[in-house]
Amino acid sequence: MTKRVGIEASIAVAEAAKLARIEVAAAYPITPQTHIVESLSEIVANGRVDAEFICVESEHSAMSACLGSSATGARTFTATAGQGLELMHEVLYVASSSRLPIVMAVCNRALSGPLNVWGDHSDAMAARDCGWIQIFSTSGQEAFDQTICAFRIAEDAKVLFPVMVHLDGFHVSHVVEPMLLLDQKEVDSFLPPYTYPFPLHPDKPVTMGAFAPPAIYTEARKAQEEALISTTDTIRSVWDDFGKRFGRHYTPVETYKAEGAEVMLLTMGSFSQPAELAIDKMRDEGKKVGLIKLRLWRPFPFDDLRQAVSGASVLAVFDRCLSYGGTGGPVCSEIKAACYGMEKSPHIVGFVGGLGGRDVLPEDFEQILQKAISDAEKGQDRAYEMIGVRE
Amino acid sequence: MEQTAKKTSIPSEEYFAPGHRACIGCGEVLALRLVCKALGKDVIIANATGCMEIVSSPFPNTSWEVPWIHTLFENTAAVASGIEGALKVLQRKKKISEKEITVVGMGGDGGTSDIGLQALSGALERGHDFLYVCFDNEAYMNTGIQRSSSTPYGAMTTTSPPGKVSIGQKTWKKNMPAIAVAHNIPYVATANPSYPRDLINKVNKAKSIKGAKYLHVYSVCPTGWRSAPERSIQLGKLAVETGLFPLYEVEHGQYRLTKKVSKIKPLDEYLKLQGRFRHLTEDLRKEIQERINQDYAQLQKKAGEV
Repeated sequence: MTKRVGIEASIAVAEAAKLARIEVAAAYPITPQTHIVESLSEIVANGRVDAEFICVESEHSAMSACLGSSATGARTFTATAGQGLELMHEVLYVASSSRLPIVMAVCNRALSGPLNVWGDHSDAMAARDCGWIQIFSTSGQEAFDQTICAFRIAEDAKVLFPVMVHLDGFHVSHVVEPMLLLDQKEVDSFLPPYTYPFPLHPDKPVTMGAFAPPAIYTEARKAQEEALISTTDTIRSVWDDFGKRFGRHYTPVETYKAEGAEVMLLTMGSFSQPAELAIDKMRDEGKKVGLIKLRLWRPFPFDDLRQAVSGASVLAVFDRCLSYGGTGGPVCSEIKAACYGMEKSPHIVGFVGGLGGRDVLPEDFEQILQKAISDAEKGQDRAYEMIGVRE
Repeated sequence: MEQTAKKTSIPSEEYFAPGHRACIGCGEVLALRLVCKALGKDVIIANATGCMEIVSSPFPNTSWEVPWIHTLFENTAAVASGIEGALKVLQRKKKISEKEITVVGMGGDGGTSDIGLQALSGALERGHDFLYVCFDNEAYMNTGIQRSSSTPYGAMTTTSPPGKVSIGQKTWKKNMPAIAVAHNIPYVATANPSYPRDLINKVNKAKSIKGAKYLHVYSVCPTGWRSAPERSIQLGKLAVETGLFPLYEVEHGQYRLTKKVSKIKPLDEYLKLQGRFRHLTEDLRKEIQERINQDYAQLQKKAGEV
C-alpha cells in the first residue's frame, strides 16, 4: 500500500485522472477548479499519461468536446465549478441521454449574482435533473477515491452514464491533507481499459443523436430513468470492491454515531466534518444524536436513507443551497419526499447555510440540532431556517 | 489520353440516403449530398441542429450511411474537436486502426455565424485536423425563416419583415469566410452545388490538407427565399454570375478565384426570382448593386486579378 502523503485535493483529483489513464481531457479554467486543470495540463505535458488535453474556449465547448471524444471511444475527463457547470448545462443532458461515460470533477461553487467564487452547492443542485450520477465527497481522500471509482462505475456496460464527483470548492478543493494515494498497478488492477460498445467509426457507422418525435420521447425518458435507477447496484459493487482492495469503504448513505440516535443531522459534502465535531460534543454530554452523510445524490438512495433515519424522531437537514421561493433547501425537500409515507417518519427541519463560502462551525451545528429538537417538542413545522444571517 | 485538364468526376457512391424530409428544390440537401460523395466513407460527421439534421434523423430512421453525431445547435465544432482528439490518441495507442479518417463538423448559417461562432473560432484557432462545412441558406429556415447574421441586406424574413419604417434585413451579410481566414488556417473556400465539380474539388483539397479547414457552401432555400423549386440550380448560377457569391479558395492566406466572372450580370436578374426581395425599391436595389460591385472588386484585388 502506498504511503501517506500531504497533497492538495485538486492535485490528487488530477492524479486520479492520470492513474485512470484518461485519453482525452477537455477543460476550461474556473475558480476553484483551476488547480485540477493546471495539474492535468502539466501531467499531459510531461507525458505522464498518453492523452490529448483540449484547451477549449469555454465550458460549453469543454463538455461538447467530451461528448465527441467519449462517443469516439476515448476515456474522457473534465472538471469545472459554479458558472462553468451552468454554462455546460444543456450539454449535460445530452451526455446522459447519449449514455456517454464521461467523468467530471465539480468543485462546488456558489452562483452569480452577486459574483462569488467560494463554495456552496447551488451549481450541483442546478445540475440535479440532468441525468448524471452525482457523488459527493467529504474530503480530498474521498474525492481522489471517488474519481477512480467513477470511471469504473460510468464505463460498466450496465451503467454507461456520466458521473460527477463533487468536492466542495476551497473547503475540499484547496485543502492540503494527508492522503493515501494509489499507485498505477493498483489502479490498473481495479480499473480495466475502456472500450465503448458503439463508437463513432467508419467501419461500423452509427447514427447518434437522432431526434425523438412525441411518439418516442416519453419512452426514451422512461428508459433513461430506469437505467439510471438500476445503476445503484453497480455503484455499490464498485465501492465494495474498492473497499476490499484498498480498505476504504463507501456506501450511498453513511452514518456517524447513529446508534440509538433519536436526533439526527444530515449533511452532504465537506461540512460533515464540523458536524461530526458537534455530534462528538453532544454525545459526550449524553445526548442521543447522530449524523447522516449523504454521498450518493443521484440516483437517490431512497431505501438506504429510510433505513438510516428509521430510529430517529427528529431529523435536521443542512443544505448549502437555496431554492428561491420554494421549500428552502433542495436536499431537505428530497429527504422529506423520501420519508413521506414512512410508518414512523422523523420530524424533519430544514436549515440553509454555508452559502458562498460562509463557514459553518461545530457550534452552529449544535445550535441547528438544538433548534430541531425544540421545534419537534413544540410540534412547530417551519418551512426552513437560514442560519448565520447577520441582521 | 486526354491532354486537357481532366474533369473531376462526381463519385457514384451515395452516403446520404434518399427518403429524407428535405423540401422540394432544397439546394442545401443537394450540397450536402455532394459534400458526402466527396468525403467518401472514411469520415465521422458532427452535425449541428438545423434543417439537415432534422430532415435526416427522425428516430428510428436515418439518412446517414456514415458515422454521424448530432448533439446540440452551437457546439458542433467543439464536438468535432473531441472526435479529432479521441481519434488521435486512440490511433497513437493502437486501440483502433491507423486508417485516415476525415473529421467533419457541419452546420447551417445560424449554427455557424451566430450561435456556433465561438465554438468554431475555438476549434479553428486550436488547429484541429478537421473540416467545417457551413451550409448557408441565409436565415434560420428550420424554425421558419428568421434572420441570421448571414441574411442578405434587404431580405425579408419573419424577424426582418419589411414594413412602413423598415426595408427588411438592415445589416450586410456577415463575411464568414473572411472570419475563417483571420484564424490563419491552411484552407478556406466557398462552394455552390450549381458548380458540383468545383465543390467536389474543394472538398477533396480540404481532405488532403492537415489542420483546420473551412468550407462555406451557398444553399438555395426555395421555402425561405420564396423562389420556385425548379429554379434552385439557376439561382445558384446567378449568385456566382452576378458576383454576389463568388467562388474562391484561400490557401495559406492566398486568395484565388476558382470561377472568374469577366462581366458580372445585373443583380436584378437574381433578385427578381425571389419573393424575399420583392419589396425592394429601385434605390435599394441600386445600393445593393453598388456594394456588390465594390465587394467583388475587392475580392478580385485580393486574388490578384486586377
